[in-house]
Amino acid sequence: MTKPLILKELSKKEVLLSSGHRLCAGCGAPTVVKMVLLATDYPVIASNATGCLEVSSCISDYTAWKIPWIHNAFENAAATISGVESMYRSLKKQGKIQKEIKFIAFGGDGGTYDIGLQSLSGAMERGHDMLYICYDNGAYMNTGIQRSSATPLGANTTTRPAGSIIPGKTEPRKNLTKIMAAHNIPYAAQASPSHWKDLMKKVQKAHEIKGPKFINIIAPCNRGWRSRTDDSILLSRLAVDTCYWPLYEIENGVTKITFRPKEKKPVVDFLKPQGRFRHLFTPENEGIIKKIQEDIDREWALLQKEESLYAT
Amino acid sequence: MAKIVAVTGNEAVAHALKQINPDVCAAYPITPATELMQRFSTFVSNGQVKTELILVESEHSAMSACVGAAAAGGRVATATSSQGLALMWEILFIASGLRLPIVMPVVNRSLSAPINIHCDHSDAMGARDSGWIQLWSENAQEAYDNTIQAFRIAENMDIRLPAMICYDGFIIGHSIGSIEYLDDEKVSTFAGEYKPLYPLLDIKNPISYGPLILPDYYMEYRKAQDEVASKVSNVVLDVAREFEKISGRTYGLFETYRLDDADIGLVILNSAAGTSKDVIDEFRDKGIKAGLFKPRLFRPFPYEQVGETLKHLKALCVLDRADAFGGSYGPLFLEIATSLYPYRDKPLLINKIYGLGGRDYLPEHAELALNELVHIIKSNQVKTVKEYIGVRE
Amino acid sequence: MKLKGWKEVTPGAVILEAGNAVEFKTGSWRSFKPTWHEENCIQCLFCWLYCPDMAVTVKDGKMTGFDYDYCKGCGICALECPGKKGTKAIVMVEEGE
Repeated sequence: MTKPLILKELSKKEVLLSSGHRLCAGCGAPTVVKMVLLATDYPVIASNATGCLEVSSCISDYTAWKIPWIHNAFENAAATISGVESMYRSLKKQGKIQKEIKFIAFGGDGGTYDIGLQSLSGAMERGHDMLYICYDNGAYMNTGIQRSSATPLGANTTTRPAGSIIPGKTEPRKNLTKIMAAHNIPYAAQASPSHWKDLMKKVQKAHEIKGPKFINIIAPCNRGWRSRTDDSILLSRLAVDTCYWPLYEIENGVTKITFRPKEKKPVVDFLKPQGRFRHLFTPENEGIIKKIQEDIDREWALLQKEESLYAT
Repeated sequence: MAKIVAVTGNEAVAHALKQINPDVCAAYPITPATELMQRFSTFVSNGQVKTELILVESEHSAMSACVGAAAAGGRVATATSSQGLALMWEILFIASGLRLPIVMPVVNRSLSAPINIHCDHSDAMGARDSGWIQLWSENAQEAYDNTIQAFRIAENMDIRLPAMICYDGFIIGHSIGSIEYLDDEKVSTFAGEYKPLYPLLDIKNPISYGPLILPDYYMEYRKAQDEVASKVSNVVLDVAREFEKISGRTYGLFETYRLDDADIGLVILNSAAGTSKDVIDEFRDKGIKAGLFKPRLFRPFPYEQVGETLKHLKALCVLDRADAFGGSYGPLFLEIATSLYPYRDKPLLINKIYGLGGRDYLPEHAELALNELVHIIKSNQVKTVKEYIGVRE
Repeated sequence: MKLKGWKEVTPGAVILEAGNAVEFKTGSWRSFKPTWHEENCIQCLFCWLYCPDMAVTVKDGKMTGFDYDYCKGCGICALECPGKKGTKAIVMVEEGE
């Protein structure tokens, strides 16, 4: 049931996230959600971890969600949706439901990489027929930009500020996409709103696969990244073009790079527009930029090697 | 046809769940509740129930999955004890706040540290303010009966609150007793068809669960929840009346034993009440007007009815199998004291902490308490309000 | 808007009206607003696609303007607009202009 992805046709669809949500001007998260929902041609029920998206989309008497939606707690979006999905399977088995419904869990990097990792791992391992979308903005943004394990090396966050002794985050970020793939789930992928067709194709593909799926989507945050309100798509594009955020998928263990930048840009192109990396552009911190570039180059080379392992 | 069987408390409750046949259950092992879900899992593997069993990776996820499943729109249950209940503490409040009728047997076990796998009431007492209905059970028969009734109470359209059924770990959970099982059809008719309220699976009417509520509305939601709590006692009694028709067994908000004309009394929960009743009989034989009060509905606590029932006594000993660690009184003591507060003439109260971490509660402990009460009414004064009994000096 | 009393709120704070966030007009947030220069518009629909607030109006597959009730003035539409021969079809101007 995959419809061709043509913007003109997509624009005729009802967007199942309404206007009137309280996310910041220029936030990457609602665009990610919008694209995921546009790429979904099935009825869908979603769970959402506590965080920017959840709090801003469902507050007081107002909800921006036009689909059934549940917010439970911070770390259990995956466990919650696995409960919804299990009830669906139970009632379907009993003949009480016939319709095909898809289940999506939305979580930020905080609620997915860190506190939500256990619940996500459990749900993936149990094989629930669900799709987990992580909107990765690289920190605990809702509580004011605190570092998470998804925060890039060298980034200035409020719990690891760039000070006179410590230059921001001292650890490289966790590769959650690979961790998910290591669960032997049928589909794990990375996507970016700047490459909307690739993102939507991945969502469509995921919906056609039975079992647990995971898509990690970069979602720039102009507050936390100290960037302009208008450059969230630009920055996600730079993330892809610098191979900071490579676009690939691992389907049944087979790695495939889904987008190769025509010209791999140096990571400083991605770092420069963001105030959270400003302190790195000093002589004493240039080693950190070097390390960031090395890490990216190594990962990119590794990814290409992995892909070649499976090339026929 | 009802049948008498020799089963453990855990087996009996597993059987009750089998007869109720929930749509979804979550299971995570913890002593001494493990056996319950283990037995239930056999029913699942043999296709004896329609239940989708989610073998979660922690109790926190167990309750989280139950919340998701209940919000989706079906009958949901899980079981736990001690650290498991403690781990899911965060989600207990969410389950009750979202008004989801999840049912959970809690096989009472002490809380760490020190780690101990044996019976005391600190686990469920620690969760007493989570907004869950709490029914406490003296023996396996009560645990079985309470589990069946809990679904009806929780799912009542005026209530819609989660409910826990408490019974003593090992003492009741693992011990074999003689239980009467009701027949399958009677139980499933009694439980009835599950009626969902705002189910997520009703995709034609999309709803959102769990909005952020600001200071301008939070209190209204809490007040509404408090109002619902006030209706629970009546529903418990209504359900008990209906249950009596199919079982012949009577249940109320509490049980009184030789209390009507008593001067002194013991207030005690769960299995130790059974032990104490024998001692009450002994004292009665000696001509002392002793009685016993055993709460059943602990949350919401029926203060008015309890106060009315206990006010005539001259002295009461409230025995707690848990303590509010941190220099307070036992949780049961605090409730009894509160229920008697409105009366100018009220019994003198003392609090004894017993049986922590599985320390045996013996008839001599009941004797000790009753003898002290006899002394208190003679001297008309209380020397020590709170005391730990059965502990080595 | 009159606030509801405790007897009127939904059980568990469930929100029954899907998408009623539209009652909250976020348009008042902006300092800059997008203006459409139709002559430069190639109808690529990127503005509609990338708008985080669903504030670009479309009809029959064609972009028709902006919903100023909700537009927060982030400027993504203007930045991403390819325009015609290097001239943008969307230009951000100060609110009030």
